[in-house]
Formats: sequence, C-alpha cells, structure tokens
Amino acid sequence: MKNRRSVLEILVTLPSALWLAIFFLVPTVVVMAIAFKPTNPYGGVGTGWTVATWLSLGNPSYPAILWRTLWLSLLTTAASIVFAVPVGYYLARIRKRWRQFLLLLIIVPFWTSFLIRIFAWKVLLHPDGFIKKGLVFLHLAGDGASLLYNPWAVLLVMIYSYVPFAVLPIYAAAERFDFQLIEAARDLGAKQWQSFLKVFLPGIRRGLLTAVLMVFIPALGSYLIPDLVGGPDSEMIGNKIAQRVFVDRNLPHASALSSLLTLAVLLPMTVVLFLPGRRGRPDLMAGEGK
Amino acid sequence: MANGEFLEFEDVSKYFGRIRAVDGVSLSVRKGEFFSLLGPSGCGKTTLLRILAGFERPDTGRVLLNGRDITALPPHERKVNTIFQSYALFPHLTVRENIAFGLRIEKRPKKEIAEEVERMLVLIQMEDQAEKYPDKISGGQKQRVAIARALIKKPQVLLLDEPLAALDLKLRQRMLMELDLIHDEVGITFLYVTHDQGEAMSLSDRIAVMNGGIIEQVGTPGEIYEAPRSSFVAAFIGDTNFFEGRVAEVVGGEYSRLVIDGFPEVLCFNDKHISVGNPVYLSIRPEKFHISREKPETGNRHNVVQARVEDVIYQGLMTRYWVRSGEYRISVARQHSRFLLDETPIRWDEDVWISWHADDGYMLERYSESDEKLVSLPPENIGEVNGEGNGAA
Repeated sequence: MKNRRSVLEILVTLPSALWLAIFFLVPTVVVMAIAFKPTNPYGGVGTGWTVATWLSLGNPSYPAILWRTLWLSLLTTAASIVFAVPVGYYLARIRKRWRQFLLLLIIVPFWTSFLIRIFAWKVLLHPDGFIKKGLVFLHLAGDGASLLYNPWAVLLVMIYSYVPFAVLPIYAAAERFDFQLIEAARDLGAKQWQSFLKVFLPGIRRGLLTAVLMVFIPALGSYLIPDLVGGPDSEMIGNKIAQRVFVDRNLPHASALSSLLTLAVLLPMTVVLFLPGRRGRPDLMAGEGK
Repeated sequence: MANGEFLEFEDVSKYFGRIRAVDGVSLSVRKGEFFSLLGPSGCGKTTLLRILAGFERPDTGRVLLNGRDITALPPHERKVNTIFQSYALFPHLTVRENIAFGLRIEKRPKKEIAEEVERMLVLIQMEDQAEKYPDKISGGQKQRVAIARALIKKPQVLLLDEPLAALDLKLRQRMLMELDLIHDEVGITFLYVTHDQGEAMSLSDRIAVMNGGIIEQVGTPGEIYEAPRSSFVAAFIGDTNFFEGRVAEVVGGEYSRLVIDGFPEVLCFNDKHISVGNPVYLSIRPEKFHISREKPETGNRHNVVQARVEDVIYQGLMTRYWVRSGEYRISVARQHSRFLLDETPIRWDEDVWISWHADDGYMLERYSESDEKLVSLPPENIGEVNGEGNGAA
C-alpha cells in the first residue's frame, strides 16, 4: 500500500521534474559549460576547453559594474519591502470589498507591456516633462539637471517595477496573520511600534523572505530598465551580458558573466536553505506547517 | 469611589453603528473577587471586557480602576491583562519566551526576568515544556501558558475572555479547577466572561447576567439561581417553567394567590410585594416539583395540581418528565429512585400529581421586552435556549 503511494507520487511529480530539468537545469549547465569554451571569429564557440574567459573577468570595469548591480538591487529590495509592509498590513486589515479593489489596482499595471511602462517613465522624467518642470519651478532642480540617464532614474524605475512583487507575498502572509496577537502584545505592555516589530514582522517572516527573493533576484538580472532610463554610468551586469552577446558576439564571455550572476544568487540561497534553524522552531523555508 | 469598590464601570455605553453593544452599564467589582459576566453571545459582555482592556473606547461613561480614571489610557498603560479565547500565544516564541514577553517589553533586568519566568513555569507545572513552541503543546497547556504570560505582569485585574470555550469537556472541567486554584493562590481580581452558566456558577463569587447590552442582575450564584430578578435571568440560568398570571389576593402578608389562564389557582411567595391586579410571570424550576401517582399529603403552603405525563426522558443524573396540566406543558426533573423496591417508575400517559411549596415559585413582574419574547416561546424552546449552557454545566 505504502509502496503504491510512493509510485504514484513519483508519477505525479515526474512531469514537473522533467520540465525543470530540460528547460532549467540543462540550459544552466550548458551556459556554464560554454563559459569554459574558447571563442571563435564567427561569434560561435570554438573547440577545446579554456579558463581564459574566467580570468578576463578580472577586467577592472567589472568590479564597478558588479558593485553597482549589487547596490542598486539591494536598495531596490529594501525600498520595496519598506513600501510593501505597510501596504500589506492595511490590505489585510481593510474590508474585503476595498481589499479586492486595491489588489486589482496593484495587478492592473501587469496588463500593460513592461516595455511600455518603462517608456512611460521616460516620458514622465523627460527634460520637458511636467515632473522636471515642476522641480525646476520649485527650485528643487537646476534647469540643466537631468532626471534621466543616471543611476537614480534606474533605481526609481526598478522600485516602481518590483514593488508589486513584494506587496503580493507580504499581503498573503499578513492576511493569514492573526491580528489578535497584536492585541495580546499591546495587552502585555507593548507600544504600537513594539507590537509591530516584535509580533507582526516575525509573524509574516515567510512572506518577507519570499518578497526579498522575488525582488532581489530579478533586480540583479535587470537589463531593460538600465538600458532605457540609465546612462553609461548606470550599466548593470545584465547590460554587459547583452553587449557581449549582441555587440561583441562573444558567447563564452557572456556565459561566464551569466554563470557568475547565477552563482551569486544560488550560493546565499543554498546557505539559507541548509542553515540549521532553532530546534523545533516553525521552519522559515518549510511549507505552511500547521 | 465608593468604599471597597476596586473596579467600576460608570454608565458605560458602546455603539457599533446603530447597535448598542453596551447600553449604560454601571458595575462595581471588589478587590480579589472572582467576578463573571454571563450572557448569550452578542449580549455585550466581550465588548465590556475589551473596554476594560483598552481595545475599545466607550462612547459614554468612565472606567475606574483603584480610584483612577483609565477610560482614555491605551492598552499598554493599564494594569490589566487578558487571557484571550484563542490564547493568542506568539507562535515564533517558545513557551519561556512567551511568558517572558511582558517583562522584556518593560526592559527588566535579565536575571529578574529569568527568575520570574521560572516561578511561573512552576506555577503552571510546565518546567519541562519551556523550550517548546506553541504549536507543539496541547490546548490545555496553551491555556496555562496564556495564564502565566498574563499573571507575570502582576495585573490588578485579570481578564478572561471565554478561556475554556476551545477545550473539550474533560479538559474544561480540569482547567475549571485549576483556574479556581490559581485565583486562590494569586489573590488578584478575576473578571471572567462566559456564556456558560455552569462555568460562571462554579467559579464566581458574584455574577452579572447581561442581555442586550444591559445588566439584568448582579448577585452570587445562589442569588441568581434561586432569586432571579427577571424572567430572562430565570430562563437563562438553568431551566424553568413560566406561567402567565395575575395577582388575585394577598394572603398573610408574604404570600399571594395567583390566577393563571388555563391552570388552577396557585399560592406563591411574594417578597416583592407585587400588588393585587398586576400581571406577573410565575417561574418554577423543574427540580422544585414533586411528582407522584397518589395525591400527596401536604401542608397549606403547598400547591398540588393534577397532570398527565406526556413524555419521560431518562437523562442519567435525573429523569425529565413533560407533563400537561390545563394549557401548560411543564418540565419536571426528578432524581430517579428505580432501586427503591416499593416504587415502579412513572410512565408515559399516566395520570399524576405534581406539587411544590409556595416558596419555590418565583413571581416576576412583566416589564421588559426581552421578557415578553422569552416567555412567549413555548416551554420546549426555552429548554433549547438553555441547552447550550446545560450541556457544559
């Protein structure tokens, strides 16, 4: 009986396991393998194996770009979480009809193409746009200053793009949160902010972790946003990978950069996954539990 | 502040939209008392508790604790602590950390916190469970942790919001005894909210019976059961039979003769001195009746009425007889005596005599709307209204 159940389980999980293996695992391995191949003059991959590409990553332009990618992504993540926590809190507390309406507002932008939404920002931040003119009128910006084509424009549009990915998991966690726990904390002498920090945030920590991953990982791989609203001083690693593929036609080099990015995400996640939690504590990465 | 009054509600009202959850309640609780708010769901008892805890602000009135007006204080500044119905233990903290929460918020010295927590763990007998998380302990244990977490703050009043409702019957009975012991041990004032008359009766020094946002009666469990002030109280606490009548004659000062439509005249104790001609309800508890085949020999303060048995329900502890006399269907509860040799059990459709002492009937003036509603229900339904409370008693 038990045996039959495990056979069934394997049969049920097999399609998704195969899907992940064929379309996710194999391509990742192929990309990593190409990084160890020499390049050839036609933009393809040569024969034999080499580590020359990896060594060339020491090129002084990369650390700066890597650093920028990292801090832009970290700031985007931090800002998205700071913005999303109160939003998730109030979404979970307000009446159901309002909640559904507001959730719809959060989801509506996804019905428009990502590309078009970024172009909309280009219009908004345009030197002749009303934001710029308003800032100049208020003497908050000089006439010659540019709101576009700098790292801050990239950060702004990245936060705009990724906030929904933080709001949704945090709202989902807040909605399951038992708000009587806040009353219990208040009852035991906690001020409002103390009950928020010591009870609400730990209570939604799974949602917070999901939100961090959902924002940080795609932010690291951003390519379109710095390409459209960023300037030469706001390139991210995604732009470099694209340049290596489309401009330099150097697949091994692009592969090495991609592998670097993948490893940068995978390593910390693996550590978190296998970090021994406190004994008996409801596990952070485990499913819903009880 | 009146002498000896420790906790006072003065004309407290709370409205939710057009619903009056609490309607001009004034109430005094003494220091060290085990005081219960008893009533059906929606009667305002939980709202009153939440007003005291600081989770609701009353629309009118004041709350005084130890002579100090605490109406406007936020929850964290009140020396009262709550045991929530769902316990509300923090799931991310161990039993020990849950209990320590209130003292850590106060930033008390670590050593002192550790000692206090240890003392509480001993009190609730959970020293060996201290490192477990709430989802790994049983319902009764959660209950005890919730109590310890509140008591460690040394509140002036401990508020308990239906703390036993989530437990099964056996556990409830054990926790009932434990609560009683803890109250004796710590000696602080307990304010206990429940819809279960059995819990309220067995634990409380005094009970306030609430209905529709108002307090119907405050008294000791004995007073509430034996001398209900309104027909709501009579019907809500235990079972009772209602008869609708009119005072016909005052007999010897303390007693009155009642005329009841569709029922013989009866003699009833009239300590409220309700005057002749006034409409009244007569309430007689099922266990106050005697039932017999032969017409009983009785004194002149007894009422004796002939009836026919319509139903006999064996309930273990006792047997309930539904008997008809005139237009009334009457509930009679007797402990059975099936092992007495000379008595054959009374059966369905037999003619019997029921009798009761005039002191065992209670006259209640017909005045409030809730009375009208309750009494207009047929007796069977009143039994059902009480069913919930009785089952748990």
